[in-house]
Amino acid sequence: MEWETVIGLEIHVQLSTQSKIFSGSSIRFGADPNTQASLVDLAMPGALPVFNENALRKAVAFGLAIDAEIGKRSVFDRKNYFYPDLPKGYQITQMDHPIVGKGHVEIVLDDGTTRTIGVTRAHLEEDAGKSLHEDFEGMTGIDLNRAGTPLLEIVSEPDLRSAKEAVAYLKKIHSIVTYLGISDGNMAEGSMRCDANVSVRPKGQTEFGTRTEIKNVNSFRFVEKAINHELQRHIDVIEDGGTIVQETRLYDSDKNETRSMRSKEFANDYRYFPEPDLLPVEIDHDYIEAVAEHLPELPDAKVKRFMDEHGLSEYDANVLSQSRAMADYFEQVAKITGDAKLAANWCQGELAALLNRDERDITDSPVSAEYLGQLIQRIQDNTISNKIAKKVFEAVAKGEGSPDEVIEAQGLKQVTDTGAIEAMIDEVINANPDQVEQYRSGKEKVFGFFVGQVMKASKGQANPGQVNQILKEKLKG
Amino acid sequence: MSLDRSQVENVAQLARLQVTDDEMPDTVASLSSILDLVDKMQSVDTDGVEPLSNPLDATARLRADEVTEENHRDDYQAVAPSTQDGLYLVPKVIE
Repeated sequence: MEWETVIGLEIHVQLSTQSKIFSGSSIRFGADPNTQASLVDLAMPGALPVFNENALRKAVAFGLAIDAEIGKRSVFDRKNYFYPDLPKGYQITQMDHPIVGKGHVEIVLDDGTTRTIGVTRAHLEEDAGKSLHEDFEGMTGIDLNRAGTPLLEIVSEPDLRSAKEAVAYLKKIHSIVTYLGISDGNMAEGSMRCDANVSVRPKGQTEFGTRTEIKNVNSFRFVEKAINHELQRHIDVIEDGGTIVQETRLYDSDKNETRSMRSKEFANDYRYFPEPDLLPVEIDHDYIEAVAEHLPELPDAKVKRFMDEHGLSEYDANVLSQSRAMADYFEQVAKITGDAKLAANWCQGELAALLNRDERDITDSPVSAEYLGQLIQRIQDNTISNKIAKKVFEAVAKGEGSPDEVIEAQGLKQVTDTGAIEAMIDEVINANPDQVEQYRSGKEKVFGFFVGQVMKASKGQANPGQVNQILKEKLKG
Repeated sequence: MSLDRSQVENVAQLARLQVTDDEMPDTVASLSSILDLVDKMQSVDTDGVEPLSNPLDATARLRADEVTEENHRDDYQAVAPSTQDGLYLVPKVIE
């Protein structure tokens, strides 16, 4: 049977505020345990929450970026459950009146087609603390620094039809929130966490199959692997005559499998009700307008501009604008060199390969945009050939200095002196009389041999254009 | 609306309340009578009335995004039953 995949993602984005969503504690990552946990965060009786305006502003910016309805009146609710890293016994979140309503984003797939993915809603909530289960003589350690960190939970429609689409969507959300500067998007530090709801149904069927939720898949790579694994499990169970149980499962990246996570005797029953400690949040048209005025250029607009202004292909424009840092880097190189296409080639070629190999982000690239720009300028002014440029690039990446310094230190300057090139060519011709004979009798393939010999003699530094030209002349005899 | 014993047990479990066998008949009866009152209120015509999320006729005051709290961990942990390395220790959580 042919199966269709249905996936929806819930993405938790940590907002990059200074202080917590309902208290004046810092949210700095990596502080000593419980040094950023105030009376509000500890749920001391009588301590009351006060809503952080910057969290609201960031949520509104996201809503505007995905063309969503903004909740002019949003309400906080309590979600009740017991866990030691949630000292109040409830999480403050938004249920019926979220700050961001229905919106949508466009994703581009590998084959170049675009799809529109619906966003059901995005709501503000507080994060819980951290439980440390190891090594406390049979006790669990609780760190409440993270408790009260502002989160925006972005819920997609079940519009995604493959693990690859899910990854493309996640990357798009990542790019939007980092462009907006509302989150650092650091998945390794948990600034972006993803839960996936997946199900399968026979192709053509309109009702959804029973879904399972995979919790906390926290890298782009694992999202794809975890979803694919879980989908295959659904298909196997159904084709063997079994049924899928609606449940929460945890992905184990070491074993590449999912396993059932909650064997609670009682189904989740969160008993939501309006949070009496917080009044409804009302914002007016002027507030939304003020946020809209400060929105930066967003990925889709940038792609379009890269195509119009720099003449890039849609594919190149998409790759280069996936992150704001990459886009800024590219634009700087393009500006220095005045050749956007050459800049794009280098960014996606040597630079991308280097970052990939060293598992580095563009923000800590060992070759700065200034240096890459300078390197390309040296190709443009014929100081070095394309081939030598790659060698210089490697040296710059290893920290051997600026491109000009490397060219100077290693004596890589291209030989453009006609006399010098002629001398090398004469030498090669005199040393290979047989090949000269072959060439002159019409075997033109031998030409490549001569070019190779001359380049070798010049240690790759002769200007290839000049070599070709002079060689042709000389070989005529 | 009358509740049965298993529903009360479920609610008690969710609220982490211990209700003994002796207390159970009384608890079932009083919770049921509260819900009877709610049933009565349900008969009021509320068409066109906005659900109330807060009884105060006011909206939220917002706080500027500034770190105003200092580290008072030692003070706060002085009253905690058990701590180690800055962590609060609680009975082991078994998942």
